[in-house]
Amino acid sequence: MGRSLLDKVWDLHSVRELPGGQTQLFIGLHLIHEVTSPQGFQMLDDAGLPVLVPSRTFATVDHIVPTDGRARPLRDSQAEEMLQAIEANTKRHRIQFFPIGSGNQGIVHVIGPELGLTQPGLTIACGDSHTSTHGAFGAIAFGIGTSQVRDVLASQCLALARPKVRRIRISGPLGFGVYAKDAILHIIRRLGVKGGVGYAYEYAGDAIQRMSMEERMTLCNMSIEGGARVGYVSPDDTTFDYLRGRRFAPKAEAFERAVGWWRSMSSDSDASFDDQVELAASEIAPTVTWGTNPGQAIGVTENLPRLDELPDDDRSGAEDAYRFMDLVPGRPIAGTPIQVAFIGSCTNGRISDLREAARVAKTGNVAPGVRALVVPGSEAVRVQAEAEGLHEVFRAAGFQWREAGCSMCLAMNPDKLIGRELCASSSNRNFKGRQGSPTGRTLLMSPAMVAAAALRGRVADVREML
Amino acid sequence: MTAKVSAERVSGRRGRGVVVRGDDIDTDQIIPARYMTSIRFAGLEEFVFRDSRFTQDGVPKGHPFNDRRFRGAEILVVNQNFGCGSSREHAPQALARWGIRALVGESFAEIFFGNCVALGIPAVSAARADVARLMDAVELDPSQEIALDLAARTLTWRGGSAPIKLPEGAREQLMDGSWDAMRTLLDARDQVLAKAESLPYAKGF
Repeated sequence: MGRSLLDKVWDLHSVRELPGGQTQLFIGLHLIHEVTSPQGFQMLDDAGLPVLVPSRTFATVDHIVPTDGRARPLRDSQAEEMLQAIEANTKRHRIQFFPIGSGNQGIVHVIGPELGLTQPGLTIACGDSHTSTHGAFGAIAFGIGTSQVRDVLASQCLALARPKVRRIRISGPLGFGVYAKDAILHIIRRLGVKGGVGYAYEYAGDAIQRMSMEERMTLCNMSIEGGARVGYVSPDDTTFDYLRGRRFAPKAEAFERAVGWWRSMSSDSDASFDDQVELAASEIAPTVTWGTNPGQAIGVTENLPRLDELPDDDRSGAEDAYRFMDLVPGRPIAGTPIQVAFIGSCTNGRISDLREAARVAKTGNVAPGVRALVVPGSEAVRVQAEAEGLHEVFRAAGFQWREAGCSMCLAMNPDKLIGRELCASSSNRNFKGRQGSPTGRTLLMSPAMVAAAALRGRVADVREML
Repeated sequence: MTAKVSAERVSGRRGRGVVVRGDDIDTDQIIPARYMTSIRFAGLEEFVFRDSRFTQDGVPKGHPFNDRRFRGAEILVVNQNFGCGSSREHAPQALARWGIRALVGESFAEIFFGNCVALGIPAVSAARADVARLMDAVELDPSQEIALDLAARTLTWRGGSAPIKLPEGAREQLMDGSWDAMRTLLDARDQVLAKAESLPYAKGF
């Protein structure tokens, strides 16, 4: 019987079994950012401990950084204090840090892959739930809390229970105007926001094999929205081609040796899984969320579900979501007026996302009364986009072109919704209050769909505009 | 078993309950990100459930955490998938600093659950019908004591009891006081350093 990638990576990194069935798992790559690390360093200092393997932790700033006016000191004194804390902590513990202006600053889940730090066969941890993104490379990557950030700093290990594995296979080509974002929103819609609890999601099938690395990152990124802490894709030539020549990827013959090993870490063809799900790509339409969790989603041409169409379990949540969103069951989602459009985040802030959004932006102007932001996922994405002239396309259409960061995905910086604004967003969470206003509302969709909504001033089917 | 006792042995909790109803209560509801701008956890209790407890103008709303009858409660009773969303430890930190020392619910999101264990907070699951009975009982009489027993895997309240579930690894960590994993992990320091050297990628392939 063959083994899954999860089993191979887990067994390789197991230091020992702990009582109660947990594993002491070695962490190959630890990424940190300014919001969830300072308390971890403080705990380490309180315990009088050093960082055990400083060469395996890398740091940047993303959550709290402004995307306009990044001159120091930052205007927000608490944000400034956070930047100073990570600067001091990384310096004192000899951890490599990519600060603002280094050319490598950006959302931690954008820069890890970009720098070639994210590689197949690794265990990767970060104090952020969207660490699952890195699973796109065939790594086992997951979010951790701050006490666990301290654990990794102190011991380069975590105490964890091995998850079960559910293989989700998508067959057939994705339709015109359908993106990886639509695929993951569709998966969550089908399997639910808690369907993945206790599981790692292995994404497979020809639809996944055809995806670029950036598309696979979008897919794995939102595994956590489906309840799965880990999501991954077995590495293949697409993965190796992406990694070749990146700053921290192996070079020359070492790269070829690495490819041999990376290939061996894929799930075996006869691997067994705890659960399997088969989906057809042809079922997936451009998808939009209508509620306050990412599973509350429909195809853009569908009508909002009536309460009596929903399973008993989902009804009271849907009622509450409709009240909050001020949407009416039975009506179409298309045509819903928006006030804000946000393109960016660790889900959809990469160059291919900006290219797709720019294709749409090129066809018109942002509708009157809509505030539209494009926030590149990293300084490198921004530079690349500018080299391609995408910033001019966006600006000409009336979008604001910003600096790199998490921005309005979670609104820890000045980019926030105001009051009841409804935002078409390429981010990952439509939770109440997520985008900075307690009463603000979010519709999740692909970056191309956000651009379409920005131009029309309403939720629109991007297929009519491509 | 080489784990040193690093902290309190948590064999259970006894205390009054507070009920927060609803499925999929996410970490942004437990502690909105805009209150996570400090480099310290101190003071987070002030912002727990902030947006459901107060209007934007700071006027209190009808939320159990504002209800005097639940003041001093130590056991939070919830429904399904509580704590879904972000990995922010700020969520259990805010609850703990408000006074919560255990959670009982239908189910919990995985990262949130792990963060609770790391703070010595048991987050135990019970069957839907049992959670419903417990919620009704606590709302009817918030002054009663609820007793959570991790050894017996039971929960008892006035006029009721129910079996509870908790993953075995977490149960042992809580009960033997090794829930603060750092010391346990460092016990194997030499093995960790050997592992670091032995991995195929350790020396650039």
